[in-house]
Amino acid sequence: MAMTANEIEELLLKSFPNAKITIDDLRGDGDHYAAKIVAAEFKGKTRVQQHQMVYNAMNGKMGTDLHALALNTSAPNS
Amino acid sequence: MEQNTKEKIQNIINENEVLLFMKGTPVMPQCGFSAAVVGVLSHMGIKFNSVNVLEDPEIREGIKEFSDWPTIPQLYVKKEFVGGCDIIREMHENGELTDYFNQAGVTAE
Repeated sequence: MAMTANEIEELLLKSFPNAKITIDDLRGDGDHYAAKIVAAEFKGKTRVQQHQMVYNAMNGKMGTDLHALALNTSAPNS
Repeated sequence: MEQNTKEKIQNIINENEVLLFMKGTPVMPQCGFSAAVVGVLSHMGIKFNSVNVLEDPEIREGIKEFSDWPTIPQLYVKKEFVGGCDIIREMHENGELTDYFNQAGVTAE
């Protein structure tokens, strides 16, 4: 089962309402995406923690509905 | 996750300085993301051991909960979870991974 880029963005915005989110559909198959997320919530977190926050925001869809979501996370101005 | 699965995973992590949970083997990775991390470690000359999660469904599911990380591959260095494919790639590209191994006392061959 695949997801659209919009669905992913909506899910992420629920957890990171003020984030700047860019999503690329890498293969055009609805199953391999890259997301760049700049969110204030990431401030002071390690990269592992940042990615865990994103995976939690994905509500268990990561690794099931969605095979691949390459992540690039950062806090604003860092 | 069952307690013995958790112990099994913890034991493997304790016993291996650099450990990669991956799909397939370093010689024959079964997934591009696992292959990418194997490529980075090999390129750096870091000796590592690996667990093929495809051969052990218990570990395959258990490690996700253990690390609170939904995807494979997963790299552990000296019992610490370093990251998955994106993080390892990013750390390799910006030179952080070399520093990380140096600080952890893991030397390249």
